[in-house]
Amino acid sequence: MSDAERPTDDHVPGAEDEEFEPVRVFPEAEEMDLRPGADNCYKCSTCDTNCPVAEVDDEFPGPKFQGPEQWRLKRQNDHDIDDSVMKCSNCMRCDSACPSEVPLSQMHNTARGEYVEENMDKRSREYVRNRILANYRRLAPLAAAFPRTANFVMGLSVTKWIGEKVLGITSERDFPEFATETFREWWTERGGAKIENPNKRVAYFHGCYANYNTPEVAKALVRVYEHFGYEVMVPDQDCSGTPMFANGMLEDARRAAETNVEELAAAIEDGADVVASCSSCSMSLRQEYPELFDFEDTEDVAANTWDAVEYLRVHEDLEAELEGTSLAGESFAYHAPCHSRNQGLDGQTIELMDAIDGVEAHDVGDSCSGISGTYGWKAEKYETSMKIGEEMFEHMAAADAERGLTECPTCSMQMEHGTGYEITHTLEVLEAALVGDADATERRQGAG
Amino acid sequence: MAIEDDVLVIGGGLAGATAALAAADAGRDVRVRLVTYKQSTLRHASGLIDVLGYAPASDGKAEGPLVDPFDALADLPEGHPYERVGSEAVREALAFFDDIAGDAYAGDHTDRNALVPTHRGTVKPTARYPVSTAEGLASDDRDALLVGFETLPDFEAPLAAAHLEAAGAPFSARGVTIPFPGIVRDDAKVTRYAHLLDRDETVTTGAGETGAREALATTVRQHLEGEPRVGFPAVLGDERAAEVRTALADALGADVFEVPMGPPSLPGIRLEDLLYGALEDAGVRVTSGVPVVDYEMADAAGAGSAGAGTAADGGGVGDRIDRVVVDRNGTEIPHRADQYVLATGGLVGKGVRSERERVFEPIFDCHVPHAEDRYDWFVDDVFGEQPYARFGLAPDRELRPLDARDEPEFANLRAAGAVLGGYDFAAEKSGGGVSLATGYVAGRRAAEEVDE
Repeated sequence: MSDAERPTDDHVPGAEDEEFEPVRVFPEAEEMDLRPGADNCYKCSTCDTNCPVAEVDDEFPGPKFQGPEQWRLKRQNDHDIDDSVMKCSNCMRCDSACPSEVPLSQMHNTARGEYVEENMDKRSREYVRNRILANYRRLAPLAAAFPRTANFVMGLSVTKWIGEKVLGITSERDFPEFATETFREWWTERGGAKIENPNKRVAYFHGCYANYNTPEVAKALVRVYEHFGYEVMVPDQDCSGTPMFANGMLEDARRAAETNVEELAAAIEDGADVVASCSSCSMSLRQEYPELFDFEDTEDVAANTWDAVEYLRVHEDLEAELEGTSLAGESFAYHAPCHSRNQGLDGQTIELMDAIDGVEAHDVGDSCSGISGTYGWKAEKYETSMKIGEEMFEHMAAADAERGLTECPTCSMQMEHGTGYEITHTLEVLEAALVGDADATERRQGAG
Repeated sequence: MAIEDDVLVIGGGLAGATAALAAADAGRDVRVRLVTYKQSTLRHASGLIDVLGYAPASDGKAEGPLVDPFDALADLPEGHPYERVGSEAVREALAFFDDIAGDAYAGDHTDRNALVPTHRGTVKPTARYPVSTAEGLASDDRDALLVGFETLPDFEAPLAAAHLEAAGAPFSARGVTIPFPGIVRDDAKVTRYAHLLDRDETVTTGAGETGAREALATTVRQHLEGEPRVGFPAVLGDERAAEVRTALADALGADVFEVPMGPPSLPGIRLEDLLYGALEDAGVRVTSGVPVVDYEMADAAGAGSAGAGTAADGGGVGDRIDRVVVDRNGTEIPHRADQYVLATGGLVGKGVRSERERVFEPIFDCHVPHAEDRYDWFVDDVFGEQPYARFGLAPDRELRPLDARDEPEFANLRAAGAVLGGYDFAAEKSGGGVSLATGYVAGRRAAEEVDE
């Protein structure tokens, strides 16, 4: 039999899937086997040239080693995962760099999970600290119960000193402020959706940050969607898992994902599409869930999850709706988060802002902000984080704008930290253009 | 709803970017979008723009290096991309590129090929070259010192120097290998070298703490024996490459040049940055990181008809693409345009793919001429005339891909760059020129065809 009878191509897009019986060469894999991905790597090193960490730190071996090379070493079962995997910031830029379909970030996430599981001392300060950072959502409700106290305590220099000395959380950064009213509290107070529409429904995955820290972003989403006649649902949800993947806490992520898939699948069953306002949340639901988990409906949730702005561009004529709106002289320095970039969304904000009269948005280039979620909060990573961010800070300073614009919560922390600018979310600008001063309107209607 | 544009270019390499720029520059108010999936093979590329270094010869022996590529264009076989667009288009496309590149590139003062030394000490005939390589030309008779770094084995300077001399270069070349101040790791990335010099980071050497540029110049100075020019591997900065070169030249009292390297290549990355800057300036919308996976045809009434993508029996001048489908992490996003340009690359860029029994173009399933038997796709002589090297689409003179009956696959689809067949860019040294010329023609024609 010629080898033409036995195709060995790993999923070639556009190829005809023929049924064939593979010959089993390797024993049944106990866990995830990423060998086919490693075999796709032809070592062009394009991924390495995209790695923000490798560019500022030669001690980091880069994505090509962390993924395919490490995977080959592991096949002999005599190599542990190299501890340098913890230096990867999970920006996932290597994914869209690879010209050969190597699932780099999936390999990194899997390797990091294994390293934390098998090689990291569970009593070490690093483990405890990472666990706390990754599970910020577990602590947030406490702080949200007493937001003013929490903000006061978190802002104390003694708190920062303890954070750095005891836990290894950098004292250079200011902890994000907790809102005095969470989005979900506001939602309940408001009586939920103002519009019922069985034909146009979205389930809002707000994530942690928009709920506890920036409810104004979540409210903006609700009002913009209601402006277009959508019924907004806010299902029960847990953290998307992004900070857990980045810290190798795959079990924590699995638990969160299970809740989310179950709740969101139920909403999809009710005719809703899922929308997210945070680029890392949508990335996680769309890409990381199907790569790392196999709960029932995982694929279904991934396929029906959208970036909130993109959804309106495709399902409504958002751009036409914005033509003719105007805002008084708003000028923004826009940074596209890595996780927007990886979803092909890095150009959309500038395109939309161009449509609003009086709004100028300047793209500050394709560099990574450097904070990468919990990464830049770690005392030993702070310097790397700021070195990566340097290019973005310079471009922001050079841009003809005094305010920042982005869709990612931690990118916005880094932008503010490096420049002192006030940072806005794209949805807030859309709300201002389409709905105007909604808070006042809502209060009037509530009174009427 | 679909995302709407007038011209949609699929592919973000040299051909795709040129097509988008040419469409935007066509003097009509057309809205142009470029959709690109993975990073382009520009990151593998030397950054040189070759037109034609060697003429394909009938007896399988390539003729060259050619002194003047334009003399050889008229003799190219039928079906070669240059033969399709004509040599006037090649000149126009080069002039278009010269305008975009400004003083970042040299070589536009002559039709003749320049000879640029490479990291292996070979000499490459090329039409346009990054200004960073300009002082290094092999036709220049000034002696040269080549400097390699211990931690960067891709450039073995003494070997490259010996090769250059053996190749008959009209100057004496000497190579030395030195440590790169501030880098001790064997596997530091090229971007790390560039970043150190770009930012002039403080590094610690035996002489204490200095900026990286000064530290490098000090190390090189000890090896300089009066050579008027010094060549380095192409890692001298990224965003601020010109500044880095000037600083090194001032400190050394000699001209400084870069030697193009294999992948990953900073001159290729800089060219990519230059093109994407030009796209932004031209108002071209760029959507990156997502693949185009399917398309729908327009029926006679102009509405989209689903169920396309099985184009086995498509064809006919009347067929039009109504929309393409972009896969965004599992979600299908429709993009509609009036005219389309396919610039997805060749076998390396994956615009042309193969299985064991066929070679195909994955998005529109355009016809790719190739032998039935896969054992006829290659010859045993590695450096022989490899049929697979010429695999790609066969276009008409408008660059519309033709089906097996030599009819255009679609009325509103043109193709550019390495997705085209009929030429072996690696053997001919014609990759950059073909991408420019076909990208330029495809983009211009697409813009002209857009419905008023």
